[in-house]
This record gives sequence, C-alpha cells and structure tokens, in this order.
Amino acid sequence: MAKELLEGNRAFAEAAVRAGCEAYFGYPITPQTEALEHMAARMPELGRVFLQAESEVAAVNMVYGAACAGVRVMSSSSSPGVSLMMEGLSYIAGSEVPVVLVDVMRGGPGLGNIAPSQGDYNQIVKGGGHGDYRPIVLAPATVQELIDLTYEAFDLAEKYRCIVVVLTDGNLGQMMEPAELPPMRAVRAASERPAWALTGARNRKPNLISSIYIDPVKEEIFNQQLQAKQREIEAHEVRAREVLLDDADIGVVAFGTSGRIAYSAIQQARAEGIRVGLLRPISLYPFPYDHVRRLAETVRSILVVEMNSGQMLEDVRLGALGRVPIRFYGRMGGMTPMPDEILEEIRKLHAERGAGA
Amino acid sequence: MPTDMVEQIVYSRPESLLPVHTHYCPGCTHGVAHRLVAEVIDEMGVREDTIGVAPVGCSVFAYNYFNMDFAEAAHGRAPAMATGIKRVSPDKIVFTYQGDGDLASIGAGEILHVAGRGEGITVIFINNAIYGMTGGQMAPTTLPGQKTTSTPLGRDVEVHGFPLRMCEVLSQMDGAAYIVRRSLHDVANIRKAKKALRRAFEVQRMGLGFSMVELLSSCPTNWGIPPQEALGFIEQHMLPAFPLGDYKVHPAIGDGRRDGEQG
Repeated sequence: MAKELLEGNRAFAEAAVRAGCEAYFGYPITPQTEALEHMAARMPELGRVFLQAESEVAAVNMVYGAACAGVRVMSSSSSPGVSLMMEGLSYIAGSEVPVVLVDVMRGGPGLGNIAPSQGDYNQIVKGGGHGDYRPIVLAPATVQELIDLTYEAFDLAEKYRCIVVVLTDGNLGQMMEPAELPPMRAVRAASERPAWALTGARNRKPNLISSIYIDPVKEEIFNQQLQAKQREIEAHEVRAREVLLDDADIGVVAFGTSGRIAYSAIQQARAEGIRVGLLRPISLYPFPYDHVRRLAETVRSILVVEMNSGQMLEDVRLGALGRVPIRFYGRMGGMTPMPDEILEEIRKLHAERGAGA
Repeated sequence: MPTDMVEQIVYSRPESLLPVHTHYCPGCTHGVAHRLVAEVIDEMGVREDTIGVAPVGCSVFAYNYFNMDFAEAAHGRAPAMATGIKRVSPDKIVFTYQGDGDLASIGAGEILHVAGRGEGITVIFINNAIYGMTGGQMAPTTLPGQKTTSTPLGRDVEVHGFPLRMCEVLSQMDGAAYIVRRSLHDVANIRKAKKALRRAFEVQRMGLGFSMVELLSSCPTNWGIPPQEALGFIEQHMLPAFPLGDYKVHPAIGDGRRDGEQG
C-alpha cells in the first residue's frame, strides 16, 4: 500500500478500523473530533457500531459494556474528556477487559485550551483512576507511528486483557503527513468471542464481569494477580527509540511531539559539532528505565524536554538514579517548543561541560 | 396416600434464580422483584440469551442470585454499559436492575439518554425512596417530610428539593416504548408487576425500543419500621406520590388495559 497524505486523527481512526475495531463510542472534543467524525462515517458503512454518547462518562461505560461482550472496542478523546473517563477506566482495569483509548492531549488544567500539550502524562501513565493499575501507554512521534501503535494497541489490549492508551497531542492529531495505512483485518465472528465474554450462558456456566471483591482477602489476591500482570508487561513491552547516542556526551530524553522536535534540535547541534543524541520513550508505561540507566552511564548530562512542567522528568530521574546532572526544559499551557529553544539548552549544557572539563 | 395420586409441582425455584440465600434484609422486596424477573425470563425461554447489568446499591450483588451472564456497572452507569453490550449483541436480551439512587440520582443522565435513544434494553427500576446500601440516606425519590439519615428532620423541599418521578419523565421520550409503574406491596400488585415485566421483555424482543418497569418497593430496615408496616407505608405514602400506571405503551403491544393499570 502506498503512502498517502493523512491527518493524524483520521489516520488513527482508520488504523483502528483496519485493526478490526468493531465498536466506537465517543463524544466530540477538540482537538480529536475528526477521529469521531471518521468513525461516524466509516463504521456504519462496514456494518459496525458507532455511537455518539451523551458524555465521556457514558462513552467509556459503553466501551466497558462492549468490551465485556468480547468485541474490539475503542474510544478517543482529549484531556478534559479523558478526565471524565477515569472512573470507567478504573472499572475496566478492575474487570480486566481489553480496551483501546486514544488521548489527543490539549492544554490544561481545567478547560485550558485546544492547543497541543503533554500535560496528561501523570494522569495516564500513573493510572489515573482510583486503585492500583497501569494501562499500557504508547506515545507516537509521527502520523505513521500513530497509525502503527493504534493498530497494534488492540492486540496488546487483548494479549494482557488491559487498557492500552495511545497518548498523543493536538499537534499529531491535526497534522497531515505522508503515511501508510495497514491492511484491513476482518472483525471477529460473533461465534469466536472470548470464553470469558458475556455472550449468554448457553451450554456453560454464567460468566460474571465485575470489579468488586467485597472480601478484602480476595481483593488483595486479585490485586496481586493484577500486579503480576503489570510485572509481565514491564518485562516484555518496553519500547524506546535511541538515535545518535553511540558517541553522545549529552542525552536528550523526550517523548511524542517533544521527541520529534528535539531530534531537529539535535541534528542542528550535531552540525555545530556537539555530540548529542536522543532517547525517545515510546512506551511510557512500561517506562524504559533501563534505557535511561544505560544513558546515564554513558553521557555526561541529560536534558529532558516536555510540553508540561516536568512530569516524565520524575521517571527519568528514577532511571538515572543521580548518576548525571539532569536539566529540564518544558513549555506548558498549549505551547509547543521550537527547535531553536531546545538547541539553546543543548548549547548551554555543552558549554557548561566544556567549562568544567 | 392413595397410589393413584399424581405429584404436581405448583411452585418451585425458577431456573434463572440460583439456589442461594440472598443478603437482603427481612421484609425487603428485592427478593420478590428478583423472582419475578427470573420467572419471566424462564417463561420466555431466554435465560441463555440474557445478559444482566447490576448496579451499585443494595442490588450490587444481583449477579450472585441470577443464573445468567452478568456485568457489574459503576454507580449509575448501567444503562451506558447495557448500551455497549446491546449494540454489539443485538440478538441478546439485555437488562439493567437499578435502585432509585443509581437510576434517578447519579445515573440520571444515562437513563435519560438511553430512553431518548430508544435503546433496546429493559430497565428494572426499584424505587424504595431511600438509599439502602449506604444506610438510609435521602434518595431522589424520598418523599417530602420523610426522615432519612441525611434528612434527620425530614425532607424539606425548600432545602432538598422535590422527589423525581422517573416514569413521568421518561415517558416523554420518543424512544421509550414501554414505561410503567407497579408496586410490590401486596399479592394482587405483585401479579400485575409480573405481567408488566413480561411485557417489558417482550417489547425488547420485538425491537420496539426502550422499556422500563418501576417497582415501588419496601425498605423496612432503613425506614425503621417492621416489614408489615413497610408494605403499608408503600400503600399509604408512596402510591399517592408515585401513581401506578402505564405511562407509555407502544401501540404494537396494545393499550395495556389487560394489565389492569392506567396511567
């Protein structure tokens, strides 16, 4: 299949369609509404389910219900809408049903604005809803990666019976760039829904899908099982991109849009003779702590760049464990950093190292 | 005993009801409501095609008593969850079982829109005018003047507002096909309630739209009165505030006169 000029929001929606997503429930919110509009047209023409819910609260619970029935299902939203979904996401995690969510982040807190942001890192990566759970969180930096990660998200969600969040922002959602769509997969036949799903108790015992364990002993056992699954995810699903790090003195750590812009700055710095490279975490949960540790063992300083106040910064610090100085550069409130701003930070770090050497 | 006598079973546990003890208090009508729903599902022969959604509230453990697939929803969200199930399983019978706090307070938005969409689900609405599970606080259906643990001097409508009448509200929705209110305070009304439940599930099976049966129910524990008096409380105080009747009946299933209630 050839590359086409695709807009991020419509591209990930179509990727979900091609991944065999059988139902979409959502609510309009800028800057992700094009995804909902794409689904509104596309799902009915394929005989699948699209429903505009009365709220994100309802949308996530419709997703929950459809997931319980054993189909591939998703929603997408943006920061304030995702906040409303947190109750449902906690129940979904507590029930261990597979769900895919795309969060096209925007400026906050509160109503904030509709400009791109990475301010949902803590809410999404650290769990968000009540209780101990973590969704798998994938952060694309290009429209192609947004497509590929959304396509794969459904497999991961089913493999671990967990939530997979594709965490992107208004830049990528609204951006058009050349990308290739994956092949169309058939939706699962109704007769092939998972054995645990609610399909009617015909010739079997009834299935119950619930997140309640009124006996604390049982609730703790469930939590231990959930944590064992989290460890399994942490052991197998870490993803990161390392670029120009072999000889680097300075390591930049940035995800998603920030990582992409940082790479532009890094190329300019390289042209100036500064040995700098990029570590771009793709899985934010599980976080690539080992990658950060290795980076901290080889570079003299680390620069973390985010479109927030330094939310991933804490995880970088945990990975680096104080081995090297870590500087942070962030823009907030819907502001996207320009490559020049990051280049200036790299130059400063380079100059400080030169002075100290 | 004469040998020519044939044993005839006239009363037994429905297959749709599991042979277990419930956690419900003595005198609570949840057990009656459960049994009626189970009998109707048995009689329609749809147990193996039925998916229930339990609420948060006293009936949070309903799935422990019904012998069929079940999901446990977040507080008030059962209609949204049932929507998700029904949309991807349109050939299944999907019902929610919700109390007044769940349906009319925290889930008021969800119930309104599920009715507005004409979602093909059936809602069993248990109205006992109080929060049971949390220990007797004011419900959206608590009567004016009624004492609860959060209205210790009685519900003052100047402060707490007025009770919500959900059948009256939901019957205004074009998507609603069958909206009726029944009571469980005596045998005659229990029989009428069962007929209504049967009709509600039939409406779903016929694909006519949204159906809801509200059942006026007792809560002797949190009302602080004995079971027999609680049934009397329904008759004396709840019936005037929540008139029984057929609030919306789809023309395809007649005018409901055979059920003996008129809205």
